[in-house]
Amino acid sequence: MGEMIKMVVVLTVLSVVSGGSLAWLKDFTEPKIENQVMNLVKGPAIRQMLSEAENDPVEDRFKIQEGEAEHTVFVGVFGGTADTVVVESSANGFADKVGLVVAFNMSDDTLRGVAVTTSKETPGLGARAKDDPSFTAQFKGQSIATPFGVTKDGGQISALSGATITSRAVCTGVNTAVKTYNDLKPQIEEQIKGMGK
Amino acid sequence: MAKSIASEFTKGLWKEVPPFRLVLGLCPTLGVTTSLKNGIGMGLATTFVLLCSNILVSLLRKVIPAKVRIACYIIIIATFVIVVEQMMAAFAYGLFMDLGVFIPLIVVNCIVLGRAEAFASKNGVFKSTADGLGIGLGFTWALGLLGMVRELIGTGSLKGDVFGLIHWNFQNIFGPSFEPFGFAVQAPGAFIILGLLLCAMNLIPSK
Repeated sequence: MGEMIKMVVVLTVLSVVSGGSLAWLKDFTEPKIENQVMNLVKGPAIRQMLSEAENDPVEDRFKIQEGEAEHTVFVGVFGGTADTVVVESSANGFADKVGLVVAFNMSDDTLRGVAVTTSKETPGLGARAKDDPSFTAQFKGQSIATPFGVTKDGGQISALSGATITSRAVCTGVNTAVKTYNDLKPQIEEQIKGMGK
Repeated sequence: MAKSIASEFTKGLWKEVPPFRLVLGLCPTLGVTTSLKNGIGMGLATTFVLLCSNILVSLLRKVIPAKVRIACYIIIIATFVIVVEQMMAAFAYGLFMDLGVFIPLIVVNCIVLGRAEAFASKNGVFKSTADGLGIGLGFTWALGLLGMVRELIGTGSLKGDVFGLIHWNFQNIFGPSFEPFGFAVQAPGAFIILGLLLCAMNLIPSK
């Protein structure tokens, strides 16, 4: 009996100490990791997507509070007007979450581009969503009035062969971004007024 | 006493260097050694986990009940692996992306659990520290060597850095007419080069 209690106590104490210190570590590293992802993953992806913009979309970003959630919005200036915004979103892929950045053209409510930022999908299959630009290029110029889906589900996007789940996740992620964009549109318009002059 | 600590340290560097002498920990050995930089990064990450888990297991060896010792070791090891993963993501993001899934896989690296079970749970803190450091650095040079050979043959150049502190950049070591042997940086090349290195190590007596 005594041994039993000892086992339980030792395991519990170890787990608690380990969990507690890891929680502290997460608090410490989270902003730094976010910074790294911004500089090394999202930043280049957004700049690539809006390569013709006249400003630096990563510099011109702001945050919008919506209920509990906080959204980061990146702004691109084209032809002297700030008409492009980039919204982040994510969806469950084959392995872990697939992170996306989606660029909207505000003047006619179409997509200006989609790029995968963070993903742990299988190399050679799902990872092509990130590596193969022809897949995400399908979204370019599409109207956001109809939700996106892969052709297998009656949508308009051809899935990557061998990676239907990842392709679906990208579509879902884009749809989430569309919803965020529609919800935040009045606030975004308020914020970018006067930008790009 | 001092002599035995020194011998615990040096045995990992040559006599018991894990991938070559014990043929242990082959998953990261084959998986991440596409370049010298990745080999060293992985080796140092493993060294940190090995060192910390050896120290902690050795300190707690009288407290941990024998029946749940493996569970306790795994908690300790997993904690340090997450520490390494988070710190690497925060401060060395490029390396973190290169090593990918192999960082969390240190948890199941048999060298780490093996040292905890076979050594740290039976020996004092100083000996365990020396043992962890020695085995870890042995693992590091082994991975570095394998990575260096593969990068040299596979690309003809050596380029990289260790946590942004030490940089190296040697282009076209074999001259401009060298045609890179791309096979060496792919998975089958890892097996063949590891086999050749094992062969070379066996020609040199271990004692």
